Amino acid sequence: MRFLTRAPRRYWVVALVVIVFAGLPTQVTSFQSLEWAEVLIFAIVIMGLNLLVGYSGQISLGHGALMAAGAYTTAILVHRYHIGYLATVPIAGVLTGLLGFLIGIPALRLSALYLALATFALAVITPSLIKRPENLTQGVQGILLPPPDPPDWASSLFATVTGGPAMTSDQWLYYLCFAAAIILFWVAWNIVRRRPGRALIAIRDGEVAAAASGVNVAGYKTLAFGLSAFYAGIAGSLYGLATGFVSPDTFPLSLSFGLLVGAVIGGLGSIAGPLFGGIFTFWLPIMSSQFVQTQSWIPDQVASVFRNAGPSVTYGALLILIMIFAPNGLAGLILSGYARLRSRLRGVGERTTGQLPPDPQTV
Amino acid sequence: MQEFLQQVLSGIASGGIYASLALALVLIYNAMGLVNFAQGEMAMFATFLAFTLIGHGLSYWIALPITIALAFIGGIVIQRVVIRPVERAPVLTLVIVTLGLATLINGLAGFLFGYLPQSFPSPFSVQTVNILGAAASYRDLGVIGVSAVVLVLVYLLLQRTTLGLAMRAAAFHPEASRLLGVRVSWMLALGWGLASAVGAVSGIMVAPILLLEPNMMQTVIIYAFASAVLGGIESPLGAVIGGLIVGVTVNLAGAYVPGVGGDLQLAVAFAIIIAVLVLRPSGLLGRRAVRRA
Repeated sequence: MRFLTRAPRRYWVVALVVIVFAGLPTQVTSFQSLEWAEVLIFAIVIMGLNLLVGYSGQISLGHGALMAAGAYTTAILVHRYHIGYLATVPIAGVLTGLLGFLIGIPALRLSALYLALATFALAVITPSLIKRPENLTQGVQGILLPPPDPPDWASSLFATVTGGPAMTSDQWLYYLCFAAAIILFWVAWNIVRRRPGRALIAIRDGEVAAAASGVNVAGYKTLAFGLSAFYAGIAGSLYGLATGFVSPDTFPLSLSFGLLVGAVIGGLGSIAGPLFGGIFTFWLPIMSSQFVQTQSWIPDQVASVFRNAGPSVTYGALLILIMIFAPNGLAGLILSGYARLRSRLRGVGERTTGQLPPDPQTV
Repeated sequence: MQEFLQQVLSGIASGGIYASLALALVLIYNAMGLVNFAQGEMAMFATFLAFTLIGHGLSYWIALPITIALAFIGGIVIQRVVIRPVERAPVLTLVIVTLGLATLINGLAGFLFGYLPQSFPSPFSVQTVNILGAAASYRDLGVIGVSAVVLVLVYLLLQRTTLGLAMRAAAFHPEASRLLGVRVSWMLALGWGLASAVGAVSGIMVAPILLLEPNMMQTVIIYAFASAVLGGIESPLGAVIGGLIVGVTVNLAGAYVPGVGGDLQLAVAFAIIIAVLVLRPSGLLGRRAVRRA
């Protein structure tokens, strides 16, 4: 039992978070678990984006497009070739990862600025590109995906644990996303704390110095792109399954924006950040429009406009404010707040965790 | 042949619009090594201001200079309030900030003016006149004329005035300029104001062709990116040439390449961006970036 008492405190926090998320569907309605499934999906793709932006210092404004690639892989495989939906998730991840790898090769030659330009353009043209091969993607109509039924073992296990009705497909989807999120967060955690992660951080903080220290800059940069796209592909595939419908309009430019906002607000260069980011990106538009609707003093006309404009105004303002005042995002704020509290309590400054870039502006 | 000429001519007209916006991008790139992702949205907002002014009964030719002046002031205010705090931050931070600015302005425009597409008045009629056997509309000719005037004015300002010299110096070597008494920070702000004003012209020119709505510039900015990248992102002249080439190429591709029409014309611009970045990252007129590696 000694390892339990000696475990670093953050392990306890992680365990607590995992337990809360594992028990979530037993406490909320079936529909709400689907909403939280989408939160986890956003958290996964933002984790991928974080690996790319926060750790390797490259930028992508096109992760919505990569999600689209994953979602359409699953949709086409399920709809046209009748492959089991579970098998399509890793296929979507790998295919999108390859795509990201291919994007990463020209990206090698580009500075961060040009990369932002190129991926921005990619995000803008994605909806029109999807519409073209119509016999494959069914054009603007989109593809319907039937909600997957939970397997018997999961259903009966769920019923025994909760003592209630059998598992719904929404709850099954939630657990799929939950499992994927745990695996992918664990993988990311391991990557950034070991050799590849250190190489990526070295590249981010000084490319020439990294190359001089024997880091294969080109290799790691493309790897970061491929890996990031792999995350986006898995998330996109799950997103298609969760929403049950993919169409060109499912993946607008604003999705790519929202993902970047989530990554920045959650905290670049942190493992917990993407979870905050996912929660934020999913709930902010919903919460803000619900809030406006419940306020009776706001006239209807303004409320309907706010539903469209509100999220972008909030997104934009938050992006700017966070970049100016808290470049490490929510995760950074919490960590520095915690460190300050501890030093206040103990009277001495203690070293904070080594995950964040020492100078926030290096991001 | 006649139809071909006509397509080229209307390509030049849209090219003039792209060139103005690309020039705005180049001005800011030169001032601080940054591509301003909010340039299109700033232009869109200015166009809405012009629309409101005209809606209140002002004549087009009075509303135009007022809007340009407002855009100039707006650009300076944005630089002072939003960009200055992160001026020395790495480029990634700056890109994210301008993206935030783009989203913010887009949302504000939706909030203030609504999302219904509005038809924007044009002082030029759509009647056509015969040039070399091709029927050119007065609107296209007017757009070409206005863009040309703007580009020449910017050229004169930058190359023939002391202020322009100071602005170029501040961008080229901030430290040395500061030692010589140039107020570098204000020169950057002026650069933003100038870019914003030039961008506003492109917005006002494009609004009668597309319809005015908050997302109007989303496609135009991609063409402007393509123009700036093609011309070499630090070269004002390159931006103009790039704009014209992009305008004509996209128009011809839309007319003659089967399957490329409507929204897929954007893909042509995307292909131009990728091709230039992979084959010749410095563009047509840009300096070759030398990197120590």
